[in-house]
Amino acid sequence: MYAFKYHRPGTIRQAANLLAKNPEAKIMAGGHSLLPVMKLRLAKPSDIIDIGRVEGMNTIELKGRSIVIGALARHIEVANSKTVKDALPALAEVAGMIGDPAVRHRGTLGGSLANNDPNADYPAVVLGLGATIITNKRRIAADDYFTGMFSTALEPDEIITKVSFPLAKKAAYQKFRHPASGFALVGVFVSKRGSDIRVAVTGAGSNGVFRVKAFEEALKKRFSPKSIEGMTVPADGMNTDIHGSAEYRAHLVGVMARRALAAA
Amino acid sequence: MAAVSITVNGKAVTGDVDPRTLLVQFLRENLRLTGTHVGCDTSQCGCCIVHLDGIAVKSCTVLALQADGGNVLTIEGLAKPDGPLHPMQEAFRENHGLQCGFCTPGMVMTAVDMVHRLGNELDEKTIRHELDGNLCRCTGYHNIVKAIAAGAKAMKGYQQPA
Ligand SMILES: Cc1cc2nc3c(=O)[nH]c(=O)nc-3n(C[C@H](O)[C@H](O)[C@H](O)COP(=O)(O)OP(=O)(O)OC[C@H]3O[C@@H](n4cnc5c(N)ncnc54)[C@H](O)[C@@H]3O)c2cc1C
Ligand code: FES
Ligand code: FES
Repeated sequence: MYAFKYHRPGTIRQAANLLAKNPEAKIMAGGHSLLPVMKLRLAKPSDIIDIGRVEGMNTIELKGRSIVIGALARHIEVANSKTVKDALPALAEVAGMIGDPAVRHRGTLGGSLANNDPNADYPAVVLGLGATIITNKRRIAADDYFTGMFSTALEPDEIITKVSFPLAKKAAYQKFRHPASGFALVGVFVSKRGSDIRVAVTGAGSNGVFRVKAFEEALKKRFSPKSIEGMTVPADGMNTDIHGSAEYRAHLVGVMARRALAAA
Repeated sequence: MAAVSITVNGKAVTGDVDPRTLLVQFLRENLRLTGTHVGCDTSQCGCCIVHLDGIAVKSCTVLALQADGGNVLTIEGLAKPDGPLHPMQEAFRENHGLQCGFCTPGMVMTAVDMVHRLGNELDEKTIRHELDGNLCRCTGYHNIVKAIAAGAKAMKGYQQPA
């Protein structure tokens, strides 16, 4: 790791001020994405602004037809939350599938979304439900938030404070887990909220999480695996690496989408 | 350098650390508590698992400063040096739950955390699933799983010595 200065502000406002003053600074929440890349010297922040213990930022509340979750909610808290399990079980399941128990004890919702790893799980739920990212400055719709792998609409001094997930009648996630890392080789989240149907895919796209409009169209008649029987996505634009070819990933998108629909 | 104070195994300790210092480094190098191991340094293997404020964390992926003001329990704090082994340690011994022993501190700390969260009756499927973040290169896991099931039962009513 390169050397850095460490700060632990008590509030998000203080954290934002520090961030604005130090252009090379980075927020740290759980540190479970940031520390590994710092160890590899792929990140060289001048300052670490540890928000991990800012109070009142891990709340989970049912508000009308949405669940609003603080950015510092750990994966384990979302996975075990009775509110989430009762109102939006698919979200609790996704959180419970992230990494391993010790990772879930440290990693946070906001950290995962700010990081936008192309193989991460939360981006699929956020896009697949049409959730809203709430920051210290504004509200960002999921469709405008993810802008490519490891890239988001967040401004340099913007901090995620909450995420609002709309409840869906039907929703499910299916993940084809990379056997070693636990990340999604391909993960598909499907949801139906009235006439709003969404199919969001993580792990597969060379540009990060994306929606499959063709599947969504086909599902308008009937929200069932049958409606997208035999359909796939083009291999063009899929990721290729030692873990799987673009064709393989494209094939898995169809398979995992059908499994998710069967589970929803 | 930055000041850090942590309660480790019930004792208040302080130190002056480079902010880069990982919790595991602080434990091993500053405090000479070398029971906590570093197997991978990449958050994969679980050899470095300790309890921070009562929950299992990979101490190679936590800064010592992130644990400032917190409460850490390591394998050394599980039982008194001159007293009997902790029931989970005893179960690992009884069930031959280790070979080289490198992964064992992390396995035991994970197992104790598992019992705290999930109770004293753990089936094989649950234990294997929960061991997702702990690698063992020797045993093939069978006896670790057996040890954890037995240790979990033996922990019923057990009070951690202060
Ligand atoms: C062994 C291992 C396995 C894993 N497996 C999976 C998996 O299967 N699926 C999965 O999805 N993830 C996985 N992860 C990643 C894990 O979920 C991370 O915890 C998560 O991606 C990042 O959360 P964090 O709180 O640790 O963020 P940090 O590491 O603290 O921060 C990550 C990035 O987000 C920024 N940031 C953090 N919080 C905010 C905020 N509130 N506002 C703005 N910016 C912010 C930081 O500046 C940094 O750039 C794994 C990680 C490890 C170590
Ligand atoms: S040394 Fe920490 S997980 Fe391997
Ligand atoms: S006993 Fe040798 S690594 Fe587990």
